[in-house]
Amino acid sequence: MLTIKNLHVSIKGKEILKGIDLQVNRGEVHAIMGPNGTGKSTLAAVIGGKESYEVTAGSITYKGKNLFDLSIEDRAREGVFIGFQYPVEIPGVSITNFMRTALDEIRQYRGLEPLTPVEFLKLMEEKKKMVELTTKLTDRSVNEGFSGGEKKRNEIFQMALLDPELAILDETDSGLDIDALRIVANGINQIKNENNAIVVITHYQRLLDYIIPDVVHVLFDGKIVKSGPKELAYELEEKGYDWIKNE
Amino acid sequence: MKITPFNSFICNKYEQLSKGLFTTNDSRINALHDKAVKCFSENGLSEEKIDSIQQFAINKIAETAYTIQLTPAPYRPIEEYFRCKIQNIDTHMFAFLNGWYIHKSAPLTIFPNGVIVGSLMEAIKQYPDLVFPYLAKENISSNDIFLALNEALFIDGLFVYIPDNLQVSKPMQLVSIIDSKENLFVQQRNLIIVGENSSFSFVQCDDSLQFGNTFLNNVTEIFLHKNTRFNYYKMENKDANSILINQVFVQQRENSHFFSNITTFNAGHVVNVLKVKLLESFATAKLYGLYLVDKKQYVENQIFVDHIAPDCHSYQLYKGIADDEATANFNGHIVVRPNAQRTEAFQINRNITLTDNAKIMTKPFLEIYADDVKCSHGATTGQLDDEALYYLRSRGICERNAKMLLMFAFAIEIADSVEVESLKARQYEMIQKRLSGELSLCDQCVLHCSHEKLLEFDIDNIFS
Ligand SMILES: Nc1ncnc2c1ncn2[C@@H]1O[C@H](COP(=O)(O)OP(=O)(O)O)[C@@H](O)[C@H]1O
Ligand SMILES: [Mg+2]
Repeated sequence: MLTIKNLHVSIKGKEILKGIDLQVNRGEVHAIMGPNGTGKSTLAAVIGGKESYEVTAGSITYKGKNLFDLSIEDRAREGVFIGFQYPVEIPGVSITNFMRTALDEIRQYRGLEPLTPVEFLKLMEEKKKMVELTTKLTDRSVNEGFSGGEKKRNEIFQMALLDPELAILDETDSGLDIDALRIVANGINQIKNENNAIVVITHYQRLLDYIIPDVVHVLFDGKIVKSGPKELAYELEEKGYDWIKNE
Repeated sequence: MKITPFNSFICNKYEQLSKGLFTTNDSRINALHDKAVKCFSENGLSEEKIDSIQQFAINKIAETAYTIQLTPAPYRPIEEYFRCKIQNIDTHMFAFLNGWYIHKSAPLTIFPNGVIVGSLMEAIKQYPDLVFPYLAKENISSNDIFLALNEALFIDGLFVYIPDNLQVSKPMQLVSIIDSKENLFVQQRNLIIVGENSSFSFVQCDDSLQFGNTFLNNVTEIFLHKNTRFNYYKMENKDANSILINQVFVQQRENSHFFSNITTFNAGHVVNVLKVKLLESFATAKLYGLYLVDKKQYVENQIFVDHIAPDCHSYQLYKGIADDEATANFNGHIVVRPNAQRTEAFQINRNITLTDNAKIMTKPFLEIYADDVKCSHGATTGQLDDEALYYLRSRGICERNAKMLLMFAFAIEIADSVEVESLKARQYEMIQKRLSGELSLCDQCVLHCSHEKLLEFDIDNIFS
């Protein structure tokens, strides 16, 4: 479903990603781990289509299409979802209005009728339960005044509602206490199925106790230096990233 | 002294009107006109003090053959040509057409509860003792050319008197309509007096039915006695060829509460002047404003809050969005006089520009002569937040709609200040329409909305 080949990305002339190769198939869960500043979020941003990142070499193919030909919104409409490490606060835009607009546009792109307000509210309720969101949260402005944990739950709530084919979750586990982690992981597991794929970017292996990855990749200094089964995560946790550095 | 084309234009019009066309023979009114016209005939304009909008108006007058409609049009029920499409806003509506008060037979109505509403000139005839203590209390000078202009040439305006101890629950609405193929020159003069312990809401709209070059220069004086509450809503949706200057002067007595919300949806050249004097203790003024301009539109808001007495509070929040090559100018001046201890005065002006050619000018100005005060001001001008745009788009929302959502979120903070729920809902809708390009100038009414409903009202029979 997603094929990344020899991806090189620079920001303001500085090379951040230095040749990434990655193949993600439907039904798979991948974990990308690595120390801070190695380019994990950069990879997510390039897949999301964020401007100001310069792709200097390589390709990304998604569902057989050149991903770079798609606008930011069309990527989302084609089923790409980025769970952000730092979700932005948008004062004055309610989550309800936000998600309603998003879902309408996605459905329109796919040639579907918009949901009626009643259908939409029903769907919202259902997905809210999935991430144990309180009613109040959805009436509020997007992420405004949310705690770190609430922001992450809100990301997964959006994911549940938009039901993507490919989700890239960037450090969705960081800043969560153990209860929140369980809720978030639970939500992700409920969304996961054989038709979609999830890439979790994480710093620690603890999320992977809940979400079992098929493959673990270690990203270091802009390259995937190691890939392996889920046990690789435990090894990393034990030996630390210095182990990778020294190899 | 220099007689410019502008000065001679004013003097000519004045002569024309003096030949019996001012509708009152009251010597005090004539003295008022006389004094004001002297600013143009004797003193001239000191050219170094003329600001850009004054210059614009002066040029416009020099190049446009403005005329004054010298007699009211014969009465026709207003609903024959003007459809107010406000829904669910239940107001008492009063209307002016090309500067003349529209009525069937009663230019002034006295209601059983003591409220008096109607033509200012008629009020001067019937109740001079009520009018003159309040009329034209602002000192004019030749630098205030628009105030002087209004004072020299006004023919009529709306008079509203609310007696003491009366809570008027239904908002009153004043609609000034321009419907003329001529290039009309209109000076409207309104006077609103709210008696002690009374409360009242007023909605003022400026509309055009036909789009000639019009020059509207309105002055509204508002007097709020002790313990009053007064809400002033102003909505403007003007076409590119029109100049609208709307000056509001407010005087507040003890513990009076003034609230204003001035929203400009479209402008040709719009200048809103709002001057508030906090004359006695514990008075509060909350001033909100929103301006949405695009193309070559120009909007200016000049605010002057004068803290004269101690223990008064004032709060200003003005927001604006400028697109294309539009210009928005905010000029906020707060003075805290030596006696005005324990003043709290705050002012915020926030702007968004959507293009490199859109221009925002913001000049906050605090002048403080008392020591025990809390005052602050802040002004920002920026673009839409790129991070927020990316976030919205990354969920499948197209760029245009993402921008709309952000602009709407920015703008509705002002609509949220509106206390009349139905009006707030209407403002929401209008802001949304305006931002999505649906609120066009060919709509018949400033409050145009999708649901058509003919508002029924009979001009002479409103309160009964
Ligand atoms: N907008 C930016 N401008 C300049 N440098 C950036 C920007 N974003 C990220 N970087 C740099 O790129 C590198 C990788 O960052 P990032 O992808 O966020 O790493 P990670 O997510 O793995 O912690 C870091 O050195 C960071 O400083
Ligand atoms: Mg990161």
